[in-house]
Amino acid sequence: MSTPRPTTSVVRPPRGQENSGAALRFLERSLFLAVLMRDLRLAARRRIDALLPLVFFVVAISLFPLGVGPEPQTLRHIAPGVVWVCALLATMLSVQHLYAGDQADGSLEQMLLAPQSPLAVAAAKCVAHWLVSGWPLILAAPVVGLWFDLSLPAMGSLVLGLLLGTPVLSLLGGLGAALTLGLRSGGMLLILIVLPLAMPVLIFGAGAVAAVESGQSAAGHYSLLGALLIATAMGAPWATAAALRISTE
Amino acid sequence: MNIGTRLFTYAAPARFYSLSGALVPWLWVLAVGLALSGLYIGFFLAPVDAVQGNSYRIIFIHVPAAWISMVLYLAMAFWAAIGWAFNARMASMLARAIAPTGALFTVLALWSGALWGKPTWGTWWVWDARLTSYLILLFLYLGYIALVEAIDDTKRADQAGALLAVVGSVNVPIIYYSVRWWNTLHQGATISASGGVKMADTMLMAMLLMTLACWVYAFAVVFMRARAIVVEREQHTAWVSALVQPARGA
Repeated sequence: MSTPRPTTSVVRPPRGQENSGAALRFLERSLFLAVLMRDLRLAARRRIDALLPLVFFVVAISLFPLGVGPEPQTLRHIAPGVVWVCALLATMLSVQHLYAGDQADGSLEQMLLAPQSPLAVAAAKCVAHWLVSGWPLILAAPVVGLWFDLSLPAMGSLVLGLLLGTPVLSLLGGLGAALTLGLRSGGMLLILIVLPLAMPVLIFGAGAVAAVESGQSAAGHYSLLGALLIATAMGAPWATAAALRISTE
Repeated sequence: MNIGTRLFTYAAPARFYSLSGALVPWLWVLAVGLALSGLYIGFFLAPVDAVQGNSYRIIFIHVPAAWISMVLYLAMAFWAAIGWAFNARMASMLARAIAPTGALFTVLALWSGALWGKPTWGTWWVWDARLTSYLILLFLYLGYIALVEAIDDTKRADQAGALLAVVGSVNVPIIYYSVRWWNTLHQGATISASGGVKMADTMLMAMLLMTLACWVYAFAVVFMRARAIVVEREQHTAWVSALVQPARGA
């Protein structure tokens, strides 16, 4: 029998290949990568669940032309706001399940018991959420732009803004999900907590498209979105780790 | 047993309860006195404004309420963080007591601002940087209250609220500097550290008196609310039982 090895990860090589290389050992010991791969694998096995936010995004956006009327000028005006608000709501709805499933079967506590800091868990969950739920929104944005008769530069601005902004929404959503873990009123409370923090992203993201549509440069908006991304990426995982510790005590 | 007053003396709920009980009546007297004198100077002694006439006088409610709401948010975040860091439940109780007062002052400032904006700007509301970031402050207050009320376990509620309050306190400097960073309809700073004071002395005096009045009122109301929270949370202790049922013998 080989010498007992500490089982600190959820990724284990098949028996007989325990010494199959430094790369695999790194994968084993990296809690961040382990949680990330696990979440991606789980999402791949439940593809319908993973694509629900995208379906909500598209359906909710389609309601606005029905409500506001089909006049193209009006639609072009409201397009950035509508797309961004629906992206926000779709993200808020999808982050509710980020930690709930793991907490229910006890694996969240196991992950937090690992010798590595909970920061790895928080960061991995946010990245996994963005890869699974954020990217479909970014890819669907041009299609939605067609519905609203957006010009090509405006569509590009929308996509770039979402590219910068959806990671921020995933990070903030992860923080909200960790704070409201296991609460009765979780969904509504999550939205109430996260939305004030996400308003700057909404303002600058929609503002970028509006600027491009009116012929001005959106460089300032992109810079502010980038700054928000950097600041949130530096602060939110740490805060989410603290919130996870608070919520699982 | 008299141990003198140390830094953490009033971190004990019982001692806080007795001190605040002694202070609250005096705080009310002081608040009413300051408010009456501030309002008298503001409404009867301060001169008529060159541009706005008499309608500017709502400033004596609008600006103090806005200042105090921002100060209260920072105080709430501070005490919540202290409670989290030092595991001091009195600090967390104080933070919970501050939140509703802060939210109400925010609503008062928004309301008085709208009433002021209609005759002067021609609109009740505008989505400029100052007003939007101030509305976000109201939502942050409401989010904090909702979060701590939603969690049944008091310690988890206090800690989660502390995290949320600290994260949200980044909004307060944004509100303050919004009129400098963006082109807003809301006017710029009339009183600033670098630029000095740009208003008449009597107006300034009235505004400072009203700010102090709001601040002392906030102390009074927060202490009263904190006392209620203390009695509720410490109901299992002997001193609270003695308070509630003093008639029964020892």
